[in-house]
Amino acid sequence: MEREVRVRIQSSADIVLARQQGRALASQLGFSSSNLTIIATAISEVARNIVEYAKEGEVVLSLINDTNKNGVQIVAADSGPGIADISTVMRDGFTTGNGLGIGLPGARRLMDEFEISSEVGKGTTVTMKKWHER
Amino acid sequence: MAVPILKQSHFLIASIQAALSDQDLLQLRDNLADLVGRHRARGVIVDVTALDVLDSFATRTLRAIAYTTKLRGAETVIVGIQPEVALSMVQLGLTLEDVPTALDLEEGLTFLNRRLEDAHGA
Repeated sequence: MEREVRVRIQSSADIVLARQQGRALASQLGFSSSNLTIIATAISEVARNIVEYAKEGEVVLSLINDTNKNGVQIVAADSGPGIADISTVMRDGFTTGNGLGIGLPGARRLMDEFEISSEVGKGTTVTMKKWHER
Repeated sequence: MAVPILKQSHFLIASIQAALSDQDLLQLRDNLADLVGRHRARGVIVDVTALDVLDSFATRTLRAIAYTTKLRGAETVIVGIQPEVALSMVQLGLTLEDVPTALDLEEGLTFLNRRLEDAHGA
């Protein structure tokens, strides 16, 4: 069983690749079709943020375990401009780009766990998880 | 991947075959705006049955397609949103607002035909 897939994100075609790889990896755990779609959609949102704001970065998809559950973890990391005020970007409707301002708060709603860390001038890392009860 | 666009009587049917990148979606928007004029189409159906994800960008572009074609005199209806895609869109907080939707291609054609009849009847 494949445990980890890394997808380099440089263009909008890589967003499609990342969500397809994420769906394929998560499907090994027996997630419902709805949850696979939710996972793929969340990957799409965080990967697009990389393309739009940092130009390039990486999405690392991996299968993880806790005591009584399996899950999928998505880490989207870039070395872009970073985010000065995270609480602002996590608000629905806020955007400095061309989007709806729904990507990050939306991805948080879709996933079970969501963390974001960022440093201005250094980059941004989003880590999110979806659990599947065994 | 370019989306094939067919003409059927007064309507254009864009039948998406596989996952689309952001660029592909923007290309579809531009092509439809152009083809509505060239074919003097009164309605457009965008069939998204094959899409396993409708994220914020795709939703925004579908809305842009509907508004653009409307300004050109053609009504757009989105058909074929899969149940799990609909659930995911709701959870993400995405709406198509006042863009008409229908279950599938057949229902979409029925919808557009009715619109056309109403327009003629008025």
